[in-house]
Amino acid sequence: MKKSICMYFQVHQPNRLRLYRFFDIGKDSHYYDDFANRTILRRVAQRCYLPTNALLLDLINANKGKFKVAFSISGSVIEQFDRYAPEVLESFRKLADTGCVEFLSETYYHSLASLASPTEFRHQVMKHKDTIRHYFGVTPKTFRNTELIYSDEIGTMVYDMGFKTMLTEGAKHVLGWKSPNYVYSGALAPDLKLLLKNSTLSDDIAFRFSDRNWSDWPLTGEKYLGWIKAAAQNDEIVNLFMDYETFGEHQKAQSGIFDFMRYFPEVVIKDGEFEFVTPAEAAKKHKPVAALDVPDPISWADEERDVTAWLGNDLQNDAFNKLYSVLEKLSMIGNEELWSDFGHLQESDHFYYMCTKFFSDGAVHKYFNPYDTPYEAFINYMNVLSDFILRVDDAFVVSDANFAAGKKTATAKAKTVKAVKDTAKPAAKTAAKKPAAKKTVKKKETK
Amino acid sequence: MKVLMFGWEFPPHIAGGLGTACYGMTKGLAANGVEVLFVMPSASGDEDQSAVRIINASDVPVDTVTASVDEFLGKVRFVHIGSNMVPYVDPQDFSKMVEEERKRQIKSFRVQYGQKYKFSGKYGTNLMEEVARYAMVGATIALQHENEFDVIHAHDWLTYLAGIAAKQLTGKPLVVHVHATSFDRSSDDKIDTRVYDLERKGMEAADKVIAVSDLTRNIVINKYGISPDKVVTVHNAVDFSGRDNLVVERGVKDKVVTFLGRITFQKGPEYFIEAAAKVLKRCNHVRFVMAGSGDMLNRCISHVARLGISDRFHFTGFLRGTDVQKMFALSDVYVMPSVSEPFGISPLEAMRSNVPSIISKQSGVAEVLKYAIKVDFWDIDAMADAIYGLLNYNALSEMAAKCGYDEVNTLKWNNAAYKVKKVYESVINK
Repeated sequence: MKKSICMYFQVHQPNRLRLYRFFDIGKDSHYYDDFANRTILRRVAQRCYLPTNALLLDLINANKGKFKVAFSISGSVIEQFDRYAPEVLESFRKLADTGCVEFLSETYYHSLASLASPTEFRHQVMKHKDTIRHYFGVTPKTFRNTELIYSDEIGTMVYDMGFKTMLTEGAKHVLGWKSPNYVYSGALAPDLKLLLKNSTLSDDIAFRFSDRNWSDWPLTGEKYLGWIKAAAQNDEIVNLFMDYETFGEHQKAQSGIFDFMRYFPEVVIKDGEFEFVTPAEAAKKHKPVAALDVPDPISWADEERDVTAWLGNDLQNDAFNKLYSVLEKLSMIGNEELWSDFGHLQESDHFYYMCTKFFSDGAVHKYFNPYDTPYEAFINYMNVLSDFILRVDDAFVVSDANFAAGKKTATAKAKTVKAVKDTAKPAAKTAAKKPAAKKTVKKKETK
Repeated sequence: MKVLMFGWEFPPHIAGGLGTACYGMTKGLAANGVEVLFVMPSASGDEDQSAVRIINASDVPVDTVTASVDEFLGKVRFVHIGSNMVPYVDPQDFSKMVEEERKRQIKSFRVQYGQKYKFSGKYGTNLMEEVARYAMVGATIALQHENEFDVIHAHDWLTYLAGIAAKQLTGKPLVVHVHATSFDRSSDDKIDTRVYDLERKGMEAADKVIAVSDLTRNIVINKYGISPDKVVTVHNAVDFSGRDNLVVERGVKDKVVTFLGRITFQKGPEYFIEAAAKVLKRCNHVRFVMAGSGDMLNRCISHVARLGISDRFHFTGFLRGTDVQKMFALSDVYVMPSVSEPFGISPLEAMRSNVPSIISKQSGVAEVLKYAIKVDFWDIDAMADAIYGLLNYNALSEMAAKCGYDEVNTLKWNNAAYKVKKVYESVINK
């Protein structure tokens, strides 16, 4: 049996918020910086999505089904494609048609819902599933959570939603001496197979590729395959998970990233020790070697590989709690617009901007970040959230009133129906008893 | 009578209440028949554009500016000096700020100061050098205009050296005006001794010292050892001419409690936050706003988040121009919890906008206001109590708004300037 290489790319862009002042609260409920969102999306489409999609399509066609990749595309970015760059959706559709590309399931809004509310988590996963089916005609079977966040508990929720495979980080503090280059199973959901990211090899492409101070620069297909071989000498599978924006955006075209990607599959296929698989195929092909205990959530972010990039300081925690405090009220209101804003406010990026761990991982945190400081990010977000909470409260009062009014009219209707029935029945039964009835009535009155 | 005045800021480029005070004072002096030649460090040169024609001094270190004839400002002339001088900072912070501005990293700083003075890096980054340079330039100006003034008036420590130099060169009497002391900028044991020495030198060299409140007068006497009969209190006033109260449509139905000022230790922002948390436990139809910027801003944001009240506690960043008035117009209660406030003009602005105010007993303005609620800055229970009362008991807030409005309208710069003029007369005729 050949060893496996499994490549998955994350496609996501958040809906960045406009500068929202305190003075806007209660007056203006448009929250998004449409210009920035459009500009950035168009730019990344030109630099990354379109050329890389074209390249991958060429590779798939050239290698006759031997080259395979997987994508996870958030609902947020699909909305933006639809609005600003529909040609990108078309190019993904072409990739979907080859049958060599797997589309993964995730939360629609690239959110942290799995850490907040099981119902909201499920709601977003289902919404995303429908969206992928709608746009690409395929039903996702493998799950990957926002930023590869995983814990035993989340694994159980995912398994309960019908997924058999899930992607996460090969976090060292969880693996210990174990190798990420095997398939593992969930500790609480033994039938859930886990594919773990090989951080070192993934980051060689995603973070180090164009770094000229890196002792191994420049990276070639042969060199890289050599590393993969060395890493998986006795192992089964190497999972290379990265942001799709690596190609052409984080690593610029002039760094040669596209040339690397053009030749790498050929090198692997010619060599023959490894084959490309999608996550679903990998899960079928490899048996889990052990269960993985993950009591606390892990992710693929920062040195710590935990969720402190989003929920690591007072600002983030308070914003997060305030955001999800509206969920109960919102669930009683069927207002599409409110739900949509609620979703966009859940995008993990908003919390990422409030991260104060600037010093060790500053470079990544600053990327695409519209704010100069986490404090500004927090103020702006809370202003927007305050307006949103006001709208939810207003809608709740209205729906509550409607509900109460509806209840009244409903009971009133029921009463009249009953009354009609009551009057109708005896009237139909006996007309002869009428005098007697009158008498009793009179008697009662006299009493 | 003519006066050579050394100041450091003038509207619209102000970082605090002191530029406003200088503006009101010069207008009041003009109304009292005193002509003012105003010297200030500036690199922006667009102060009161409507009334003053400005020739910018970019290469020449000293330049004189003649004002066009206008109702008041015809009697005021500006002299600009290219300089990095910024009020409200100690020398250490200053060099740090210049460094930061050069790197353009801290936005809050940019918002507060970036438009006020251009940091060209042309001049030294050492604040003490700037002060000395300003003194030399000030002395030059004094000599150039020797026959055009009878008395020298210097505002706060940055300009004292200039005042002393001018006095020594021309022999004209010197009045120094104490708007704030080192003891207001930091706690007793941490004061900058170099600044203290300059302040003391200025006060000792002066023929008369004007303090903005009795509170400040006491500090001048007790902490600087100045003879009581040399120190005169002239309370600040406030100038509302040509200003109508803004009518602003409210976005939120909730009542709004506002803090407006530099977010620094001196202003007591953390007491406001603690009081807010207490009020929010009792009523939920209220929002708190902290408007302004300063070195404690980030700490305050974290504090609010830690208390879990950030959905009801908002930050606006530094407000300028009409945004300040807009903020007052949106407010139901104004709180000034200053730990130490030589005077404090902002509650007067609030009351002028019909906003009931709560002020700390440790502020100079507490000496002149009757219709404001006064609490100790540290007494967050009393502060919370006062906020709650003003929010919930209409009789109280209506009376405070109405009487407060009438009260601030009696505080006129013309009256304060008259007292200043009397001080001038006393030193000239000595």
